[in-house]
Amino acid sequence: MTVSAVPSEASSASAAPRSGGVRRSVLRRVAPYLQAGPLALTLLVFLLIPILTIVAVSFWDYDSIRIYPDFVLTNYEELLTSPVTWKTYLNTVKFAALTWVITLLIGFTVAYFLAFHVRSTTWQMVLFLVCTIPFWTSNIIRMISWIPFLGRNGLLNSGLISAGLIDQPLEFLLFSDFAVVLAFVHLYALFMVVPIFNSMMRIDRALVEAARDGGASAAQVVWNVILPLAKPGIAIGSIFVVTLVMGDFITVRLMSGGQSASIGLMIANEISLLQYPAAAANAVVLLAVVLIMVVAMLRIVDIRKEL
Amino acid sequence: MTETRTGSPLSAGTTTGVSRRTLLKGTAAAAGVAIGSGAITGFPTIWAQNIKNVTLRQFGTGVSNLNAVADKVKEDLGFTLQMTALDSDAVAQRAVTQPKSYDIADIEYWICKKVFPAGVMQPMDVSKIKNFDKIVPIFVNGKLTPESAVAQGTAPHTVGFVEGKDSIKFAKSATQWMTLIPTIYNADTLGIRPDLVGRPITSWTDLLDPAFKGKASIINIPSIGIMDAAMVCEAMGEVKYGDKGNMTKEEIDKTLKIMTDAKKAGQFRAFWKTFDESVNLMSSGEVIIQSMWSPAVAAVRAKGIQCVYQPLKEGYRAWGGGLGIAKHLSGLELEAAYEYINWYLSGWVGAYLNRQGYYSAVLDTAKEHMSPDEWAFWMEGQPAKTDILSPEGKVMEKAGAVRDGGSFKDRMGRVACWNAVMDEDRYMVRKWNEFVAA
Repeated sequence: MTVSAVPSEASSASAAPRSGGVRRSVLRRVAPYLQAGPLALTLLVFLLIPILTIVAVSFWDYDSIRIYPDFVLTNYEELLTSPVTWKTYLNTVKFAALTWVITLLIGFTVAYFLAFHVRSTTWQMVLFLVCTIPFWTSNIIRMISWIPFLGRNGLLNSGLISAGLIDQPLEFLLFSDFAVVLAFVHLYALFMVVPIFNSMMRIDRALVEAARDGGASAAQVVWNVILPLAKPGIAIGSIFVVTLVMGDFITVRLMSGGQSASIGLMIANEISLLQYPAAAANAVVLLAVVLIMVVAMLRIVDIRKEL
Repeated sequence: MTETRTGSPLSAGTTTGVSRRTLLKGTAAAAGVAIGSGAITGFPTIWAQNIKNVTLRQFGTGVSNLNAVADKVKEDLGFTLQMTALDSDAVAQRAVTQPKSYDIADIEYWICKKVFPAGVMQPMDVSKIKNFDKIVPIFVNGKLTPESAVAQGTAPHTVGFVEGKDSIKFAKSATQWMTLIPTIYNADTLGIRPDLVGRPITSWTDLLDPAFKGKASIINIPSIGIMDAAMVCEAMGEVKYGDKGNMTKEEIDKTLKIMTDAKKAGQFRAFWKTFDESVNLMSSGEVIIQSMWSPAVAAVRAKGIQCVYQPLKEGYRAWGGGLGIAKHLSGLELEAAYEYINWYLSGWVGAYLNRQGYYSAVLDTAKEHMSPDEWAFWMEGQPAKTDILSPEGKVMEKAGAVRDGGSFKDRMGRVACWNAVMDEDRYMVRKWNEFVAA
């Protein structure tokens, strides 16, 4: 870009002696680049270079204490041929899918209620802020607080037993896939609520009225009017939830009692054992998978149309 | 601490300590007088004023990174010790990848086997270590008493020495150059909840007893967990090992097959990675039998919950750690590091560690800092005559209690295996991860 700009600048300078006007027009041409510069530089230094480093390291060799610059494919070979990798990906995708479905249902319902059933703007804002209250404490604390609640001798089990509903504590509540998905839903539901709520607030109420006048039932209004118009919000929320779950490691480790696997956990294990090249290869594959998922979602819903 | 023990034979020693400190304070500016006071009390050389500006950065596992030690160093030696506590994996990683980020590494012997050959540390000249000849012989020739057998695994003496000052090759027998000065070690076994297991526990096989289905746990640090697993499989008679500390691929496969089957059958409630996780699993009753560390057992008991560090007939899995010096250290800082290490072995820390249920490397000096009753309880396996206090002064055991496993000789004399790093380390870790993901 700059290369093409330089000769034109030179020729215009030689053609016209009015240097003041030239300077202004040069400035006008360079200004967009200057404006985009800081962001481009930040992305280059903090995103592009680290990712390229990870890609480079993923081809290096290693032993139990050191890594050696090299170009080997063993990291990818060991990763892609190991049944554990496939099982772990399957497991992570399962967590992502379950969390997505549940947060979508909750998110859509909550957003629908806020947008269409709460009439006053004040109450809408108040209730919306109520939704964010859990976010006033840290992720980890919200997660850990489930452990004493769900445990074998935890609040829930003791409560159910003393109410006479069960006579044996329910073991599946904690350190299980159930616990993992529960924590994910708790942590990420708001990421679904916010964008869907945002989309719904932009829907022209006249459309809903028109549908009613046309004889549509409440369910038909939701299905044929609101849902299609809320799609961009759903897509953005889905991207949040899916990428967060795909990359998570601490929730899976804490809530499954270290007994379930996720890609993030696998990478964390490899890092802790100094197997950086293996971890890098794993990260590159994860990045590719997540990007494919995001692209697929954007293919289904064109979010630009609504932004 | 001083107050609680006044009246014990120790008070004499404490008093000299106080007077030495007072002396030091008054004469801090005059280095000559300070050296004089060092000579009077027989304490290691007191350095000139400028040693107070030295800061040594120590990092290691949580067990021995105690703030009390840093405070006491400041008080006794005058310089600052900064402590960072990490888990064992992170320690090994940081020791190799960021050798400039620490001055003193407090690492376990199996970590030393990985880290020292990377050339990031320097061996120590034993002629500068005052109490070297009093160090428990396990760390010098591998034998507690001349008759005892050398345990399997990464026994400390096998990685305790290198061939020369600049060598990174471990020596077969003791030399003048020591990689780590041993500081802390212990014999590990299974922890149980005697009120919930409902029968006597005598063997490592009990970890996989179907009676405890969904109520067992194992440590999820591969190099340690694999040892506990091996103790179990060997006790079951399912796998015969040449050396549990250095398994063949086939032995690793067999061991983890048994563990994976148990996991799939729902034997384990959870896996734990950090000290507090093991305490919480046990005290909440989620788990009633698991791999455990001695202070974790003490922490469960401190909550008023019964917990026993059960001696088992197959013996203990032992571990040990020590202090090593980073390669980049030289001059005054290096002298300060030697000073610190000599101080470490001079008794105060030893007594502190012994009172936590660990063992110290030089027993004679630690004994001087403990009351006869404490010594008898912790080291000789005798019933406590008075309440046994933790180093912080909390009651750990009531009078009449006996230490689980008995005396030092009974426990350290029955070590079957040391924590280890194997030749097939990379394979083992991969298989371990498969087990965890299964």
